[in-house]
Amino acid sequence: MSEQSVEEGNGRSSSWLRRIWNTTSVPVGAVLLAALIGAAILAISGANPLDAYAALIKGSFGDSAAVGRTLEKATPLIFSGLAVAFAFKAGLFNIGAQGQLLVGAIVAAYVGFSIEGLPAIIHAPLALIAGAAAGAIYGAFPGALKTYTGANEVITTIMLNYVAINLTDYLADGPWKDTTPGNVVARTPKIFDSAAIPFVGDIPIGFFIALLMAVITWWLLYKTTIGFEIRTVGLNPHAAKYAGIKVAFTVILTMTLSGLLAGMGGSIETQGIVGRYQPGFNANLGFDGITVALLGKTHPFGVIPAALLIGAMKAGSSQMQFSADVAKEITDVIMAFILFFVAADMIIRWILRTRAAEGEKITLSTGWGK
Amino acid sequence: MIIKDAPIVLETKGMTKRFPGVLANDHVDLKLHKGEILALLGENGAGKSTLMNMIYGLYHPDEGEIWIKGEKVRLNDPGDAIARGVGMVHQHFQLVPVMTVAENVMLGAEITRGLYLDQRTAVTKVHELSMQYGLEVDPTAVIEDLPVGTQQRVEIIKALYRNADILILDEPTAVLTPQEAHELFRIMNDLTEQGVSIIFITHKLKEVLAVADRVGVLRGGKYVGTADPKTATEASLAELMVGRKVILQVDKAKAQPGEPVLKVSDLVVKDDRDQIAVDGLSLEVHAGEILGVAGVQGNGQREFVEALTGLRPVVSGKAVIAGQDITHAPPRTITELGVAHIPEDREKHGLVMPYTLADNMVLNRYYQKPYANGIILNQEKIDQDGAALVEKYDVRTPSVYTPASSLSGGNKQKVIVAREFSREMKLLIANQPTRGIDVGSIEFIHNQIVAQRDEGVAVLLVSAELDEVLGLADRVAVIFDGRIVKTLSIAEATRERVGLLMAGSDA
Repeated sequence: MSEQSVEEGNGRSSSWLRRIWNTTSVPVGAVLLAALIGAAILAISGANPLDAYAALIKGSFGDSAAVGRTLEKATPLIFSGLAVAFAFKAGLFNIGAQGQLLVGAIVAAYVGFSIEGLPAIIHAPLALIAGAAAGAIYGAFPGALKTYTGANEVITTIMLNYVAINLTDYLADGPWKDTTPGNVVARTPKIFDSAAIPFVGDIPIGFFIALLMAVITWWLLYKTTIGFEIRTVGLNPHAAKYAGIKVAFTVILTMTLSGLLAGMGGSIETQGIVGRYQPGFNANLGFDGITVALLGKTHPFGVIPAALLIGAMKAGSSQMQFSADVAKEITDVIMAFILFFVAADMIIRWILRTRAAEGEKITLSTGWGK
Repeated sequence: MIIKDAPIVLETKGMTKRFPGVLANDHVDLKLHKGEILALLGENGAGKSTLMNMIYGLYHPDEGEIWIKGEKVRLNDPGDAIARGVGMVHQHFQLVPVMTVAENVMLGAEITRGLYLDQRTAVTKVHELSMQYGLEVDPTAVIEDLPVGTQQRVEIIKALYRNADILILDEPTAVLTPQEAHELFRIMNDLTEQGVSIIFITHKLKEVLAVADRVGVLRGGKYVGTADPKTATEASLAELMVGRKVILQVDKAKAQPGEPVLKVSDLVVKDDRDQIAVDGLSLEVHAGEILGVAGVQGNGQREFVEALTGLRPVVSGKAVIAGQDITHAPPRTITELGVAHIPEDREKHGLVMPYTLADNMVLNRYYQKPYANGIILNQEKIDQDGAALVEKYDVRTPSVYTPASSLSGGNKQKVIVAREFSREMKLLIANQPTRGIDVGSIEFIHNQIVAQRDEGVAVLLVSAELDEVLGLADRVAVIFDGRIVKTLSIAEATRERVGLLMAGSDA
């Protein structure tokens, strides 16, 4: 069947608008449908969905403090979303962003509290880089395992998440525990102010670093030979080998950089928000990165709005609970439905009737479950 | 056969199908009589598959009518087509590899007894069908254990099981060995004798002449004519198909061989199952000559070429290209030595399907100047040179930004040829360079290979098509069981002699 998909290629500009619609219709539809289902659940449980959503929006965008909160929540999600999306481009499913983020968070904390007297201009970047490096190493590991032993990265990264959780728990309750008199909680000491990443008004500077990293990630993927290699390996490893690309090296490199992005997210969470490492404060940031990456169509620039949306829901949920008397967990339910509908994109396409024209291949994700 | 008097079982009237930028079918009128084999001939991209997909309910015509057995029909999906007795065997089989023949045949039309599958009845029915139509196959065999030719028989049985009496075979011989193809033709004749009507899609002219009762030709989406295989010749069919005279015989001067470029001695290579596939192979290819490697598929050709190009490890022996030992060299080193490689499987190794043509054109030199400066890609230059190559190598595509996946087989192959031939080369390794592509593209690629030879390039041509080897090569090396059993000059290489050597007999 040689001529069945001729309609895909019509040059770069002619079907520009249609392409935008094709790529955004599923995420947007997924969000709307999930919101609708959330409203139904709210209505069944006796609340007024309109009030609840109004409170949710007010809590996330209502004033500059709310916007700041949204950006604060979105920042680590941009990083973990970028990490997952980046690995996806090489056909790798990095479920280990959570572990890489935790390792990055605690190492940044260690650099932040253990070194005193450095000027902020050195200390803050140093902690950031140390956390990023820790995440990179932690990501390189499953990459190397895949290359040299054939171990599936989905399995190894899941396992390494547990290792990271327990390792950081141990450090925070053992060698790196906050020894301030009276402290009984497992947590590291507070980082020095010189290591902190501050706010400008209500806006965390970390958010701008996240935006910068999204641009760098995009640039690396689409404008450099390294990105060409990564994408080639992801789309056709046989052709990559034929083309002289070192597939094994590329896999390790991709996982390393993916881990670096997640680790950097952990650093910024420590340095910009929490101020120390404390178990439980970063729960799910890495896992939510999977939702963010898929919702963002695994594109670096798609990750940003996706992270903002999820961040807004997290930021506004307390306000919603407070003023609409609705359990804030409803936002988790909505998030779960968003992920569900993005993954099951046929449902959305059917509803929106954007059943891609005959012959067009629909690929949400290369590399799922390989 | 008295086909003309037989009733018409299938007719299309004014079938038209547009895809953005392409008129895939332009008012096609087609008639199929009961019990005939209608060969539908056309180049890749001529609209054969589109037409068939409409008859099978996969696409919906923009204009036109389909009449089946005297009734005007509207086919919403393949289910509608199947219900009216239309069966289709696709080029890529739709079988579940781990299931048995019987299970595959009844898939989607399962016989059940209460909650249970009635396997026994299925086995019996498959057996009956295979006896009735001479389609020998064991109903209890597992698909993945069967050779490709037998898998194809299962596909045919699947259609017959659903009571198909109009059978569409989409390039059925592309995946078959010559023997298997012969067997298929016998089956096709048996089927038509029992009243089945067959549309046979192909672009192999020999096959058309051998098996068809009537030939319909499509070109550029239009039905351009009907030919009678009793009076038509390969040349006349090719002309009808391409729209101009086609030179089927490659016209070339005598070779002027120079220094040896490739020297292989006692090479041993294993296959994917860790069995020895290349077993002490030795040969030499000189500058300015084409060495054709002839052999039945599966005698180590694939492993040999993969070892030479760095894609497969060498167990022992030695390979030297242009004076440099490349026995254990990685692919990039070999490429940079000036080796061009047309891989056997263009979709697996040769192209990245979702990439644009421009990106595919630089697949193995994206990192070199002028396409990259350090690590920064010069996309503008890539697109620009890609467009020039599309022009020069006559790749039929809407634009250079089109993904490779939307091109026809012949045009995909042209992209690879363009990429490989447009850089400095000393050695060309071409493995099945024209498999499954249309005559126009074959002619083009053959001429390009000869032109390279005349420029002083050493050419190693590996092909399962004996005609191709005999038509192009200056010397013929026959491969059997992983070894070169004999190397003949083209004058000594008669069809019979090479055929015997290929079969392992010492001629």
